[in-house]
Amino acid sequence: MSSDASAASVVSMAGLSKSFRTGTTALVDIDLDIRPGEFVSLIGPSGCGKSTLLRIVGDLVQPSSGTVLVNGKTAHRARLDHDYGIVFQDAVLYDWRTVARNVSLPLEMLGWSRERRKERVREMLELVELVGFESSRPWQLSGGMQQRVSIARALSFDPSLLLMDEPFGALDEMTRERLNLELLRIWEQAGSTVIFVTHSIPEAVFLSTRVVVMSARPGRIADIVPVDLGHPRTFATREDPRFFELVTQVRESLALGHGEAAGSRSTSAPEVY
Amino acid sequence: MEAAAVTGPEASGGSGRLMREATIVLVLVVLVALWEGYKALWQAAGWGWPFPVNDTTMPHLYDVVHAFWEPTTTGGPPLIHSLLDAALFTMKEAIAGFLLGGVFGFALAVLLSHVRFLERGLLPFVVGSQTVPILAIAPMVVIGLGSKGVQGWQSVAVIAAYLTFFPVTINTLRGLKSPDPRAVELMESYAASSWKILWRLRVPASLPFIFTALKISATASVIGAIIGETPASIQDGLGGAIVNFNQYYSLQPTFLWATNIVCAALGLVFFGCVVLAEHLVVRRAPEQLV
Repeated sequence: MSSDASAASVVSMAGLSKSFRTGTTALVDIDLDIRPGEFVSLIGPSGCGKSTLLRIVGDLVQPSSGTVLVNGKTAHRARLDHDYGIVFQDAVLYDWRTVARNVSLPLEMLGWSRERRKERVREMLELVELVGFESSRPWQLSGGMQQRVSIARALSFDPSLLLMDEPFGALDEMTRERLNLELLRIWEQAGSTVIFVTHSIPEAVFLSTRVVVMSARPGRIADIVPVDLGHPRTFATREDPRFFELVTQVRESLALGHGEAAGSRSTSAPEVY
Repeated sequence: MEAAAVTGPEASGGSGRLMREATIVLVLVVLVALWEGYKALWQAAGWGWPFPVNDTTMPHLYDVVHAFWEPTTTGGPPLIHSLLDAALFTMKEAIAGFLLGGVFGFALAVLLSHVRFLERGLLPFVVGSQTVPILAIAPMVVIGLGSKGVQGWQSVAVIAAYLTFFPVTINTLRGLKSPDPRAVELMESYAASSWKILWRLRVPASLPFIFTALKISATASVIGAIIGETPASIQDGLGGAIVNFNQYYSLQPTFLWATNIVCAALGLVFFGCVVLAEHLVVRRAPEQLV
């Protein structure tokens, strides 16, 4: 099982470290395997390198040492093969393009025909419930709607892996909770694997099949909390006693990880709630 | 579900437009009143400071307007006729210079933005090129290109291009670098080539910057064409007309003033064309439109 675990994994990280030229060590010795269909959250205090880790998986940042395999290939090969879609904290929509043409941007890059693009854009806008906004401009939409366009764009070409870097971090709590539910529905429908970076403990627990708790400076994996809440998750899930237990468990792991790593720097409180 | 919150830029209705046109007319009236009022006051009081005011130094504006219909030579066609011909000639030079300078300026910016060491090494010279007075360059361009069989008006277009390319290069360079790093990473995540990143992301993102430059270049190309005609000894354009009427200023000052009005009008037409093109091409959030 362990020998072919990496072959069956969507993402397989071994001994990953990252130091920047400035001398700061962002990540130390990360080992993590992510299986198909998993929803894995990375949570940790600011500067723990969770975004860097996500970018290493996406081949946007090169690790100092260690290996990453995505679908059994190097991260670089996986990027060239369009294996992953990415969603940032800001929607990063092109405001000279309509909503529909923003969603079709990656499809244009992949050389899809006009008819196929049109058909897929329609499906994606149905998926994120934005039918009727095809010809709107990004700046005419609210922040939540913009982020849904960005999710539609990331999923449009059926990537096997979805990388999300605090996608709902800039949204208000109510929009965020609703988009959490929508993301779960989309994830179940699309059947993709998700790596989700967040600052929010309840969000991580609510969304994930596993929560990876990271410690600060240098970032390392402090704990991995499997989330055994059933699916589909609903608003009621947040009132489930098990939900609270898991939130507590993640919070304690965070505090522990922070205590270990902090030592001399105990003043920097983790930005979590 | 959230509703689309912001309405389009089209929402600014017709009343704003009317206000703007009324303001333009009002400013024109005020300028005319200032000119004629100043002239009347200084002449009545006999003040000689800062310069003596009479019909030669400050002709009546209605005389200037009237001059358009006076013949330049006895029995010849009215002034407006020859000025329009001259304006068309200068316009040809300016358009050619504008296009030449615009394309060159854009290409140079793309080159500089992609080759880091070139930007550091070449940009000081690009800036330096603009500190050399055009009057010093123009004769060299005209004589140099003329010896290669290039026609006079084409040399003038090159001089106009010399003034045009600089704002385009500087602004395009800034525009090409303006996209959010995330937007670039997004393109990289699609394994997009730098050619595709250029045309799908960097160039569209630069359009507002480029149009700002083109507005400056539009008037600069007209000025470049007019100034370029002088050392080229070209008589057919507005520059030639200015040199000509300058010599007869003491006899017929209204002709030079009328020529100035035509020069300004040509610059405005150029500017207007760029603004029109911008409205057709740039689709951006209303507050981002310059």
